[in-house]
Amino acid sequence: MIGLEIFNTFILLLLVVAAVASLWVRDLLVSAVVFGVYSFLMCLLWAEMGAVDVAFTEATVGAGISTVVLVATIFHLRRKSND
Amino acid sequence: MKILSLIPIIAIGGLLLWAAQDFPKWGDVESPASKSPVSSHFIGKTGVDTEVPNMVTAVLADYRGFDTMFETVVVFIAGMAVLAILKGSTRGNSRRKDHEVEAEPDLIVTNTVRLIVPVIQIFAFYVLAHGHVSPGGGFQGGVLMGASFILIALSWDLEKAVSRFSIERCMIVAALGIVIYGGIGLLSMMLGGEFLDYAELERVLPVSREMARYHAMLGVEIGVGFTVTAIMFALYANLSSEGSLKQGL
Repeated sequence: MIGLEIFNTFILLLLVVAAVASLWVRDLLVSAVVFGVYSFLMCLLWAEMGAVDVAFTEATVGAGISTVVLVATIFHLRRKSND
Repeated sequence: MKILSLIPIIAIGGLLLWAAQDFPKWGDVESPASKSPVSSHFIGKTGVDTEVPNMVTAVLADYRGFDTMFETVVVFIAGMAVLAILKGSTRGNSRRKDHEVEAEPDLIVTNTVRLIVPVIQIFAFYVLAHGHVSPGGGFQGGVLMGASFILIALSWDLEKAVSRFSIERCMIVAALGIVIYGGIGLLSMMLGGEFLDYAELERVLPVSREMARYHAMLGVEIGVGFTVTAIMFALYANLSSEGSLKQGL
């Protein structure tokens, strides 16, 4: 069980890093990709907790399609964030 | 301004963290969700009632089939809304974007995609059809299927993907998905049950009441898969080209 604790802590720390980083970076494209990383970490966490159906949905919709849609939209905007 | 917005964010974040202490522990048998008679009914009776081993699918497609039907309708309406806003929009079509380059599709990328796309599509069918037994179902399978078309649009250009799956056909397929879902519900109503009461389908299917629910769930998932596939691709096609359906990214 101690291995699981270390795994959970590691993923949760990475989640916080990804969440802060996606707000921090000035390039919106990088922000969208980091957001995809956040979704994928969330998917790992759900799979670890046994909610495999939710993890599957997160992997396809959260990490896959929503990243693609965000990137498609960002290409039509000014890429640099103002704040 | 940045400092000013930081104050409410920290306040709300602290409040949420403080409230999170009240959550039951993970896997707690004493938590309200575990003690509720509804949970034990689903856990104990799903296999008996419907012959479906994956109780998540059984809950989504059967016990709360009405919710799932209108979730599918929400996906459909979202796709319609994007289409209605972007269709015929001429904003910025004339100016060239900095990322647009006149180039042939890359040989390595297109050949890799040629190999990968059939595998993705077969996996999508597997996820859709195997959703009763293993994790998966209509939404996931539909998203995977839509992603395979998006991959074609990314590696060649949007025209190639649209020539395979035009937006008009997208909308027909999306509407067909909802018609399949609602049709199965209506059929069980006409056979004497209630709306989406799949067990009544035993009169037209040569199976028991339990297996009728099993097969009706598969039909319903196929309907969801149709709608999600079409809407995901239509969303991408319109968003990436501002509704003009040319060039894309």
